Amino acid sequence: MSLKRNVGAVQGLAYRGGSPMIAWVLHRISGLGILIFVGFHVIASFFMQQTGSDLATSINIIYESWAFQIVIAFFVLFHALNGLRIVIQDFYPKAQMYQHELLWLQWIIFIPVYGLTVFFLIQRGLGSG
Amino acid sequence: MHARTIQPGFSLEYILWIFTRLSGLAMILLALIGVAGALLMGARTQMDLATLMRWTFFPNPNHVVNSNIPDVTLGWATAFWQIMQMLIVSLGITHGFNGLRVVIEDYTGQTIWRPILRGLIFLLWLFLLIIAIYVILAS
Repeated sequence: MSLKRNVGAVQGLAYRGGSPMIAWVLHRISGLGILIFVGFHVIASFFMQQTGSDLATSINIIYESWAFQIVIAFFVLFHALNGLRIVIQDFYPKAQMYQHELLWLQWIIFIPVYGLTVFFLIQRGLGSG
Repeated sequence: MHARTIQPGFSLEYILWIFTRLSGLAMILLALIGVAGALLMGARTQMDLATLMRWTFFPNPNHVVNSNIPDVTLGWATAFWQIMQMLIVSLGITHGFNGLRVVIEDYTGQTIWRPILRGLIFLLWLFLLIIAIYVILAS
């Protein structure tokens, strides 16, 4: 049962799945991003603990930069909220009928929380220099 | 669009499908408990937002460079928080690597690559799990 798609990349991008498709794509990208982040993070913690080397320090300094934190905060918060919506829809199939409303609700929660987070991260990033 | 053929009944694919959802819910709950615990232990006056997030998900002194806050370190260094760390890191790594497997298998057919990639993902999962639990126990 190999995957047979007769759809090219351009056609695939032109597919108008609307906001659920955007959420699906962002869920995959943010999930893989978090996995890479957590994987390197665990390894960096290990080397920090065992050797305290410059390599471990330099990897950790990347994670502590406010620009990186703005990206990872988006990934984690979006993945958590979108995942919660998926769980609700899977466990209460009736909620599937209100997918668009749930997506709107999700963005209504996401935007102020993420906006405040970004505000504080930038404020701290600029403040400490 | 049949990347995975899911057999009806109680298959591994079904168990992992359930696991993904339950571990996702559990991680949200663990994160909320972590934030509440940090705030109760004085994070409100001693931590900035980024440090709070860092300690919420992995309250470990080796986690990052600039997070050594002595008063709070004492509060976190208990068996309870070590178990919480182990729970969140093992659930997170398992959830993440299963997600990687699902994404990869959406784009690969039933070729020789599937078992090879599954084996690689399994080894990476085991490797990171052992390292993470070692870091928690040794600090």
